[in-house]
Amino acid sequence: MSHLADHLAVLPILIPLAAGAILLLTGGRGSRSERGISLAAAAALLPVALLLLARTASGETLVYYLGDWPAPYGISLFVDRLSALMLMLGTVLGLGSLVYALAGDDRRGGFFHALFQFQLLGINGAFLTGDLFNLFVFFEILLIASYALQLHGGGKARVRAALHLVVLNLIGSSIFLIGIGALYAATGTLNLADLAVRVSQTGSDQAGLLRTGGLLLLAVFALKAALAPLGFWLPPAYGSAAAPVAALFAILTKVGVYAILRVHGLLFGPEAGPAASLAVPWLLPVGLGTIAVATLGLMASRDLQRLLSCLVVLSAGTLTLALGLDSRAATSAALYYLLNSTLVGGGLFLLAGLIAGERGAAAGRLDERRAVARPGLLGSLFFLGAVGVAGLPPLAGFAAKVYLLQSSLESPAAGWVFGFLLGSGLLVIVALSRAGTAIFWRTGDAPSDTAGTSPLPVLSASFLLLGTLALMIFARPATELTQAAATQLADRSAYIDAVLANRGVSTPASTGQVPNDW
Amino acid sequence: MEALVSFLVGAMSASAVYLLLRARTFPVVLGLSLLGYAVNVFLFASGGLTPDQAPLVGHGMDRLPDPLPQALVLTAIVIGFGMTAFLVVLALRALGDLGDDGVDSEEPP
Repeated sequence: MSHLADHLAVLPILIPLAAGAILLLTGGRGSRSERGISLAAAAALLPVALLLLARTASGETLVYYLGDWPAPYGISLFVDRLSALMLMLGTVLGLGSLVYALAGDDRRGGFFHALFQFQLLGINGAFLTGDLFNLFVFFEILLIASYALQLHGGGKARVRAALHLVVLNLIGSSIFLIGIGALYAATGTLNLADLAVRVSQTGSDQAGLLRTGGLLLLAVFALKAALAPLGFWLPPAYGSAAAPVAALFAILTKVGVYAILRVHGLLFGPEAGPAASLAVPWLLPVGLGTIAVATLGLMASRDLQRLLSCLVVLSAGTLTLALGLDSRAATSAALYYLLNSTLVGGGLFLLAGLIAGERGAAAGRLDERRAVARPGLLGSLFFLGAVGVAGLPPLAGFAAKVYLLQSSLESPAAGWVFGFLLGSGLLVIVALSRAGTAIFWRTGDAPSDTAGTSPLPVLSASFLLLGTLALMIFARPATELTQAAATQLADRSAYIDAVLANRGVSTPASTGQVPNDW
Repeated sequence: MEALVSFLVGAMSASAVYLLLRARTFPVVLGLSLLGYAVNVFLFASGGLTPDQAPLVGHGMDRLPDPLPQALVLTAIVIGFGMTAFLVVLALRALGDLGDDGVDSEEPP
């Protein structure tokens, strides 16, 4: 372990950690040097994520043993196609949001850059870790950074939303710990690979504890992913956050979905003995319910950013629905949908910030007629984003939706999936065209002058929104990658072998010593 | 011993849930702290209870306690402590900004 390449897997954690620690010492006012450090760290993640994606694309998996402790005793990091893909997505989104913030949003409150880096640290860590308790720790890092970022800029609406966010997520953290405790009591391990082995070996006497632990974890992940009925905290929080913060938050619900995919896919797969397919019966109805709630919220939104927050909930619901179909094709379609919806969602949040900034006191409110200064530019970007997110041809949202519907054809729930996806798609178009009409058409007084405004916000918003175009143009390699990721994800024994067998370490389970005696 | 610990965890969780459902921030902070205690005791017990034994390593002991839950509890305490401190400050800020200490105060029209 002497070459830098051997430590590639830990760099997505170390880079933001180091940058965040330095940025804590520099005053936190968004000075030029702070902006430089923050941007350099976010940009440095890009080649790392690309390298990881390139290395895992062939099917190779990277296992990194922190401190060189062998699994299952130490904490191991694990990179496969899915982790690398999510890392890449988080990096692109983080870079786009950060560039937007450099135009001035980072100076509206203290320590924006340090918190931003810690947020990236938590997100990257959650995607990489191969240990259940470590996942909890990264969730907490991600959450405490998100609490402070949510408050960035201050204001009554943000404080009120943050209070709900913090209280709910603290309860969620406690439940997470209870779930971890129950799983540990039943199996005596916390390493995900080792857990997968032990769960399938567990006898029926521990089945209750195991199922309880698994379902508690599902509830926690559902809270993070803002699934119905646990997702009502999201629209006020994301709807009031500063634009670059809300854009970065677009990936947080996906961290919850990722955790369901990783933890429940690995631990409670079809071979998991008494706890087999624990989550699957819940996911489909929960996904349908989330889509219904999000669509209603969408129609009732009177503020652009609030409307976009409901779109975030909608995409989390759609992803859960796809996971509930429990097939390889559906998982692959879900991953492609995830890439598109996260990029477009983040881009639209940035665009909403731009629009609100140009409308003065009317901000993002849809019931007030007030013109933006650059209707042509922002209108085109809004149109691009709306088409991308609503799933209209010719952009990637359409391909993702077709792919998703196709994968549901053989499921007995196909009727429900078709009805909810197409119905919500129609209402998304209605809501977005209504919002576009209110902002860009029949507007009132003359706009203010925009000479001398920074080009960075428009650049970063277009950067993210063009992601949907790129995903359409490169649809074939992208779907091949998501298919390969879904296939790799279904191969649980490969994950277990990669983590546990690399060192030839025999797990205590095979020697019959389970370190607890419940 | 098991019965005592289960009763303790149950009583603390029940009180915590009652406090969490109050309408004001102070009882909610207390409820979260209490829930944290319940979770810590539960985590501690998840490695199995080994009364009358050396805490970590001892000679001539036939049963040793599981050290991992102790480490987990330590981490959980640190995180819980930080989060509670943040929540207290946030609750004070909310009292200042919103003018009341309700958890679910009305949104402005």
